[in-house]
Amino acid sequence: MIRAILFALICAGTAIQAETLRLAATTSFNNSGLSDALLPMIAQDIGLDVQLLVVGTGQALRLAQSGDVDAILVHSKEAELAFVEAGYASHRREIMYNDFVVIGPSDDPAQVMAATSAIEALLRIAAVQSTFVSRGDDSGTHRKELSLWAAAGTDRVEFTSWYREVGAGMGASLNSASAMKAYILADRASWLNFGNKGDLALLFSGDPVLFNQYAYLPVSEERHAHVKAQAARNLEQWLVSPRAKSIINGYEIGGEALFVFNARP
Amino acid sequence: MSGIWAGMVEAFLLVWSLDADLIDITLRSLKVSLSALVIACAIALPLGTWLAIRRFRHRRFVIATLNALMGLPPVVVGLIVYLLLSRAGPFGVLDLLFTPTAMIIAQVIIITPLIASITHQAMRELWSEYHDLLISLNTTHGQRIATLIWDGRRTLMTAALAGFGRAIGEVGAIMIVGGNIDHVTRVLTTAIALETGKGDFALALGLGVVLIALSLCVNLTIHSLSRTEREGRW
Amino acid sequence: MSRDPFVQLQGVVVKRRAKAVLGPMDLELSGGGFTIVLGPNGAGKTTLLKVLHGVERVTSGSVTWSVSDKTAQQGQAYVFQSPVMLRRSVRANLAYPLQLLGLSKAEIAERVAHWGARIGLSAVLDFPAPHLSGGEQQKLALARALIRRPDTLFLDEPCANLDGRSTREIEDILCEATQAGARIIMTTHDLGQARRLADRVLFLNKGQVEEQARADTFFTAPKSSGATAFLNGDIIE
Repeated sequence: MIRAILFALICAGTAIQAETLRLAATTSFNNSGLSDALLPMIAQDIGLDVQLLVVGTGQALRLAQSGDVDAILVHSKEAELAFVEAGYASHRREIMYNDFVVIGPSDDPAQVMAATSAIEALLRIAAVQSTFVSRGDDSGTHRKELSLWAAAGTDRVEFTSWYREVGAGMGASLNSASAMKAYILADRASWLNFGNKGDLALLFSGDPVLFNQYAYLPVSEERHAHVKAQAARNLEQWLVSPRAKSIINGYEIGGEALFVFNARP
Repeated sequence: MSGIWAGMVEAFLLVWSLDADLIDITLRSLKVSLSALVIACAIALPLGTWLAIRRFRHRRFVIATLNALMGLPPVVVGLIVYLLLSRAGPFGVLDLLFTPTAMIIAQVIIITPLIASITHQAMRELWSEYHDLLISLNTTHGQRIATLIWDGRRTLMTAALAGFGRAIGEVGAIMIVGGNIDHVTRVLTTAIALETGKGDFALALGLGVVLIALSLCVNLTIHSLSRTEREGRW
Repeated sequence: MSRDPFVQLQGVVVKRRAKAVLGPMDLELSGGGFTIVLGPNGAGKTTLLKVLHGVERVTSGSVTWSVSDKTAQQGQAYVFQSPVMLRRSVRANLAYPLQLLGLSKAEIAERVAHWGARIGLSAVLDFPAPHLSGGEQQKLALARALIRRPDTLFLDEPCANLDGRSTREIEDILCEATQAGARIIMTTHDLGQARRLADRVLFLNKGQVEEQARADTFFTAPKSSGATAFLNGDIIE
């Protein structure tokens, strides 16, 4: 109830000015199409014109560190915690999660479909040495992939040419996987919105370890006095509001929901 | 081949429907690259001409450096400009990052060496022709540069168009310093990169066709305005 | 007509690749009208002209004009052996030196029209100059030099490749110019032309002035052996 009133007040208060805010978000956030659904609503509700920079998680953190953006929306908890610890952001606010899925050629040479866990799926790929495309760009997806390999007990140094690091965003990496008929770890949203699937298919999902938490980090006002801290606070309030919840939970591609809102008040 | 055909169909549909987003990014592409061209020419044409007529001790070194700068990878230029304009960098207070101005700056740096180098080559030839006369007439350096540039304007136009071509097709630098922000710093090339990354090849190709057509139009317009192919003229 | 020298060369040496092509030379030039520089090929005639005009640097020695350097430069004009045509129209070529001087548009138009008519190129004023014939280009170069009303005019073989008619036209223009007060220093290989025009003669050989005399004296009674041989038509080595 209080939240609703607060939210209405913010809307009323900021509706008059059309202020701008620079937000760096990851390629998966944009490729899923969710940003296209959210940004117009944000402008309408709180009069905030969000200028979205779509970059990898590593670059987003770097931009925030330099104070070149006002806030970031990323999905790499470890890096985020370190970021807050270092004082570049005052806090991190969890907004929503989606999940990662294992994509691969429809004939599934590594028999990933039969795996019972994400780690097992990856081990099967490594055992058969099927071509695997890695983001290789220090993004949230990439870090998740690396953490899985580590948890599986493998040493990436031993991977031979079947493991291909492309150093690119989600869409570009999927393009490469499609062309190479390779396996790849992708976020579900980007996969569903991807236009060049070719022979690829979704082979494994559902393991809780594949859940992908998105968090919002406003750049620290103390570090960079020039950032639009108030606007960043307004945006944060909006992102955890019931309004945002309904849009995020309601966002579907082909009848499938992609994100799950899990922000706490 | 079907992919390319799909791209051409997409291009036609975009242009036919006068898609608002397409017009937005096309105009921005033109604005950024033409601005960069004008500024770069203002620097490069006199510079290239001056290098052709002036003798000084390290002249050969300067010319060699200029030619080498032509090969500077645009994405490296973008990175350097980003570091300069970043809040963490020396010019951060100007708040130029992620604006079209930053993109223009990066493109000026990229195309100025190219235009200056071609200019220098052309002006060297013309200078050897005019040398005796202009010295005999007691012209100042400024007058010499102005005379050479005016009489050599056809070749300089080619240099300028070469620079424009490089600018309008550039994507690496302006992606970094511009950020490809929708409605703010998105241009044809960065939009193509984005759509390619999303796997929407048809749209990406469509935009590519628009870009090529745009470049052709600019070239044809400039050539017709200066009547380069008219008979009996130089 | 002043008997004082209008230009003095003192100890002038011009070296190219460590070889002296002109000098060491002491020279005084005075008087108006035509000073013709004669001599065999390679004697240094063109070099001497360029040194006097200031477009060739001396290795040692000095060139002193009776007026200040700046006045001297502005009052001189030079027509090269192969005329340099600007890649512009005939009209623009004629107007160019006047534009450099900053004259008014009206003044420029008047002088261009006058000289265009004088050299018989009125009909082709808007024609591109590089497309003119050799003779027409030579006349244009001359008009371009005279349009500035110079005190001193240097000419390097102005009629070298021209037919009789063009040669006469040019000589007429030059005579008019001297009557208007200009002094002319020119080189030529045409002895007939030299006899027709010269008031004074400088005979150059192997980079030295072997003889400097009034025209009538030089042609009837040359003093140096080199000059005698030259006038005879012998090859001088």
